[in-house]
Amino acid sequence: MTTATDSPQDQGFRLSQLIYDTRYRAITIQVIAMIAFMLIAAFLIRNTIINLSALGKDIDFGFLFNRAAYDINQKIIPYSSDDPHWRATLVGLLNTLLIALLGCILATIIGVIAGVLRLSKNWLTAKIMTFYVESFRNIPVLLWILAFMAVLSEALPTPRAFRGETPSASMWLWDSVAVTNRGTYVPSPIWGEGSVFVVITFLLSLLGIWAFGKYAKRRFEATGDILPSFWIKLAIFFVPTVLVYFLLGRPVTLSYPELKGFNFSGGLHMRNSMLALWLALSFYTGSFIAEIVRSGILAISKGQTEAAFALGLRPSRTMNLVILPQALRVIIPPLISQYLNLTKNSSLALAVGYMDLRSTLGGTTLNTTGRELECMLLMMLIYLIVSLFISSGMNVYNKSVKLKER
Amino acid sequence: MKKSVFLGALTLAGLAAGTAMAQDSSTLAAVKERGVLKCGVNPGTPGFAAPDANGKFVGFDVDVCRAVAAAVLGDSEAVEYTPLTSAVRFTALASGEVDMLARNTTWTFSRDVDLKNTFVGVNYYDGQGFMVPKDLGVSSAKELGGATVCIETGTTTELNLADYFRVNNMEYEPVPVESFTEAQTQFLAGACDVYTTDASALAASRASFETPDDYVVLPEIISKEPLGPLVRHGDDNWGDVVRWSLNAMIAAEEYGVTSANAAELASGTDNPEINRLLGVEGELGAMLGLDNDWALNILTQVGNYGESFEKNIGENTPVGLARGLNAQWTEGGLIYSPPFR
Repeated sequence: MTTATDSPQDQGFRLSQLIYDTRYRAITIQVIAMIAFMLIAAFLIRNTIINLSALGKDIDFGFLFNRAAYDINQKIIPYSSDDPHWRATLVGLLNTLLIALLGCILATIIGVIAGVLRLSKNWLTAKIMTFYVESFRNIPVLLWILAFMAVLSEALPTPRAFRGETPSASMWLWDSVAVTNRGTYVPSPIWGEGSVFVVITFLLSLLGIWAFGKYAKRRFEATGDILPSFWIKLAIFFVPTVLVYFLLGRPVTLSYPELKGFNFSGGLHMRNSMLALWLALSFYTGSFIAEIVRSGILAISKGQTEAAFALGLRPSRTMNLVILPQALRVIIPPLISQYLNLTKNSSLALAVGYMDLRSTLGGTTLNTTGRELECMLLMMLIYLIVSLFISSGMNVYNKSVKLKER
Repeated sequence: MKKSVFLGALTLAGLAAGTAMAQDSSTLAAVKERGVLKCGVNPGTPGFAAPDANGKFVGFDVDVCRAVAAAVLGDSEAVEYTPLTSAVRFTALASGEVDMLARNTTWTFSRDVDLKNTFVGVNYYDGQGFMVPKDLGVSSAKELGGATVCIETGTTTELNLADYFRVNNMEYEPVPVESFTEAQTQFLAGACDVYTTDASALAASRASFETPDDYVVLPEIISKEPLGPLVRHGDDNWGDVVRWSLNAMIAAEEYGVTSANAAELASGTDNPEINRLLGVEGELGAMLGLDNDWALNILTQVGNYGESFEKNIGENTPVGLARGLNAQWTEGGLIYSPPFR
């Protein structure tokens, strides 16, 4: 019995196996690395705490409940300078989320269009898109933000230019939209009595469109008849809502921007800081998304296109029904990173004075309270949570478009 | 995964804090050994601190840095200037990135007590004002209801503005901007009706416009803004050095000691106060841990308070500020140095 087959069991576990036995070695190395990492982390945290106490600074988040004392121009929830710092932080966070949402939507639209058009057979279109992609993704986004802001505030007329007998500037679209260097003012709805029914009708008709779509599809699969779904959907979209709107005596009216005092008032004010940030982030991220879309499309073998053509599908249907659904599998994972990048890049907002999380919590609050470490840690934590939410949400979507093997 | 990311973030923060805060306990010894004073200044306020045509920082606040360098190192040019925005100035000081700040910083309770700074004195008594284009037709800040106001974020002026409009029941639209230059750009483009900051900075800014006469500074001063140099808490000796360097400039003006006559007066005068100041009598320099000719160095190389004022921001400069509150106490102002005794 001198063969090696059964000897380890006989001898039991020996300490030297942790190093020499390949079954355990990997674990040993990991445990040592983990301990070393934790020691370094502990040292750094301890060092920070000791240095802070030497400076007489303690870590205390109590400042969040003190009066903020500063104003924020763009607020989605009510806020005044009497509110505490945590509410200012919340206003900033909502502004960050708003710009991230708007930015992701516009960047996706721009990116998909540019990515598809860059593959166009039309020489001029393809070259224009190449020019767009290369110029935007090779210049730092901060410069684009500042450039957009400079154009908006230098090139557009001031509100004063709209005044007087012969104003040098005039409003657009039958005097309903004012484009100034302080922002764009558009009409906003005033929700009168009974307007809730209009909204409910509208939501119900959206539900109706969805239900009709399902019905039409089922019918098509069962009988092969194609219903004129576009016109019917359009009718469902408009007719009930318009009917209820007039039946209830037009409860929803529009508030138009008017020149009053120093500025326009009434309507919805989209500040230039927001527009500049939104456009710059969208065009910048859009150029990356364009490349992702292009790579996704090119990843689908040419045979798929040829097979679709051989079946008699038109080019647009080939793209929509055959290529894009498969390309999405390649596109979604890098797209998630771009959404995260856009969200994080929105922290450059302070450059144009957009009051996002970085400008409120990490800007004025940090400055007036002097709690740098607390503000920074809190801000990192919030951005981390937001990013993790975005990526987990997108991962759910990714699962739904993944190749389903049956 | 989430936990490890958070730990990583915490580690980085700790690392940054750990390295930045490892510093010598005696700033004076550190400056002497280094041979250069690290001074935090404003990146660009004409008259107070701005680079000149050769890229060298000059100005009224810069002269305080130069005075301290002259006192400690005997050379007013041995200064390394760090331009700091209002957002990072206290962090830079607390972390030891700079030895002192001379950056038109308002002395407030919370900055002094809670942020652990030591304000060593006041070199300019200021107040917050408003500037508007003349053709706006506004003559008082009380008429500014509904206006769009450009404001530098992270400054006391932002808080004063919010309070002023709230107390007077007026609405306004703040346009936050990050720096002085950005504020000017926005104001000149008409993206805001009003620009508000310290009155001295308004004057400096107006002086740099192409057509200064098209703009007016409104009469209301809505706050007290005592601006002065500051150092970190916990190094009193270094605080004394900066405090008395400033006081030496102020006292010298009071006694008529200028850059022109300081060397001559240093051979001895009838006035014991001047003799002590210039190191002819007593050991004031040694008490600070400096050479006895420390104040003489300040006065010959930088000049007294009045000279610095006239050269940088006085009535004959583009900034064109009157002495006003910043005249010597003997002339009805607030500038006053404790005795050199």
